[in-house]
Amino acid sequence: MTRILAIARNTFRENIRDKILYNLILFALIIILSSLALGQLALGNEQKVLLDLGLFSISVIGMLISIFIGIGLVYKELEKRTVYALIAKPVHRYELILGKYLGLLFTLLVNLAIMTVGLELALLYAGRIGLGGYLRLLPAVYLVFLSLALVTALALLFSTFSTPALSALFSFFLWIAGHFGKDLQSFGEITKSASVKWICNILYYVIPNFSNFSVDSRNIIQDAAYYQPMNPYSIAGVTLYCILYCAVIISISAAIFMRRDFK
Amino acid sequence: MNIPVVEIKNLTKDFQVGFWKKHPVRALDNLNLQVYKGEIFGFLGPNGAGKSTTLKILMHLLHPTSGEARILGQSIDSVSMHKSIGYLPENPYFYDYLTPEELLTYVGRLFGISSSILAQKVETLLKRVGLDGSRKLQLRKFSKGMVQRIGIAQAIINDPEVVFLDEPMSGLDPLGRMEVRQIITSLKAQGVTVFFSSHILPDVEAICDRVAILNKGKLLQVGALEEILKVGIEGHEVILSKWSVPVLGELRETCSEVRLMGDRLHLKLRTPAQMELLFSLVSTHRLELISVNPIRPSLEEYFQSIVGVPPPAESRGQVAL
Repeated sequence: MTRILAIARNTFRENIRDKILYNLILFALIIILSSLALGQLALGNEQKVLLDLGLFSISVIGMLISIFIGIGLVYKELEKRTVYALIAKPVHRYELILGKYLGLLFTLLVNLAIMTVGLELALLYAGRIGLGGYLRLLPAVYLVFLSLALVTALALLFSTFSTPALSALFSFFLWIAGHFGKDLQSFGEITKSASVKWICNILYYVIPNFSNFSVDSRNIIQDAAYYQPMNPYSIAGVTLYCILYCAVIISISAAIFMRRDFK
Repeated sequence: MNIPVVEIKNLTKDFQVGFWKKHPVRALDNLNLQVYKGEIFGFLGPNGAGKSTTLKILMHLLHPTSGEARILGQSIDSVSMHKSIGYLPENPYFYDYLTPEELLTYVGRLFGISSSILAQKVETLLKRVGLDGSRKLQLRKFSKGMVQRIGIAQAIINDPEVVFLDEPMSGLDPLGRMEVRQIITSLKAQGVTVFFSSHILPDVEAICDRVAILNKGKLLQVGALEEILKVGIEGHEVILSKWSVPVLGELRETCSEVRLMGDRLHLKLRTPAQMELLFSLVSTHRLELISVNPIRPSLEEYFQSIVGVPPPAESRGQVAL
């Protein structure tokens, strides 16, 4: 465990010394602040505009950080040959994968915290939502974090065997496709072709189901943000789904990495 | 008693090349080798000979196609064995956003060295490799020589029993090479076994106890330098002084080659009969015998003769400054 934590800590340090991270966070904060101005135009709906844009930017910027840093996690180690000295140490290859993953998750956590504070401050400026309102944003951000943990695992998987450009493409494609998981299942149900139905079913279970982060087609994130009652069972279910899915993806990544030759 | 610390048995590595990876290229062919405790072992060969491939297999960076290797009696798959070894890769590259202090602390943590001991260790190592003054400088600002030195520091932070150095002198200026040589000999003095690959022959000649010569993945020779080089002994060189002009004529008739350097005569003799005649002349004319040395091929010449290709310029000690 000490070794995994040492690798995670170094990955975190690598990330926070990377300029791309600051640019993305700055960009998110600018969007959140500009939503304040946009909110003025939507009479009586300032908070809705603020929340919509705020959560959207947290989610999208988080996804960009996950993909752009995630795809380089292993690839950069191989490309710059830093992995040579590392593997020769008393480190299991799966520990390297796990440490890198945890390091990026911690980076995401810190970034989400910064962006959430930005959004909370913007909400405070917009005023009149009460202390409960600020706290209700946290479960929504928690669900964003879970979805990002999944995106990061996918980016890491692709980075163990592919180039950064292809890894980014695959990760982004799966992120998009994953939002249509329920639609894919519904399409499978109404189609008359047995083979299409079969393919839809397979894809529904294989592709990460980001639509799981919604309940009854209303986005659970927005439910939380708009003070709808949060169903603890659905949050626990999504958490479990995320943990299991990530465990499978990280295990596959580790298996690929363990078989690799470092020429 | 010679205790083997590195044992390589029938080690073979094929790389699959081509679009469908169907064509195997043999990088290492049935290598058998033993390195003994406390020795400095030089692993020689031209580029592409299979030196780095061997080291990478030993470091578990490459999976062998067949054969096996053990280090300190344990399989190379054993992660715990890696606690007792150090490794410097060829043309090393480390996280350039770290300072040397941060890199060594990170590596020390991977070895499970406790924080209190680690701080002291990092301090000592930075002084030992001459990077004490650059401890807060990011590695991206380091010269190649400095990177090589931090590479050696990270390879020995765990006080290893065996150190593997892949081309440690490559790209260094003469002073840098001398410093690395000093570090290697000091490791030997501490009882550390050093296994290093190189194509810079004068360095190998200067510090190695035994060498192995590899070409196109095959082991050509292995043994002590004296053993390898005495095979090709070409005669003797004798240096004399207090000679006189009349003797010079007799010496020219006796020896294969006579050269005057300062007030001394440098003579080359190819046969035992020539030696016998010379010693009788020395005795008769009361010449002063300064030295008698066997004429052996240098490792460079020997390398060239068995590998069949001239070694690169750098290997002849000609380093671009």
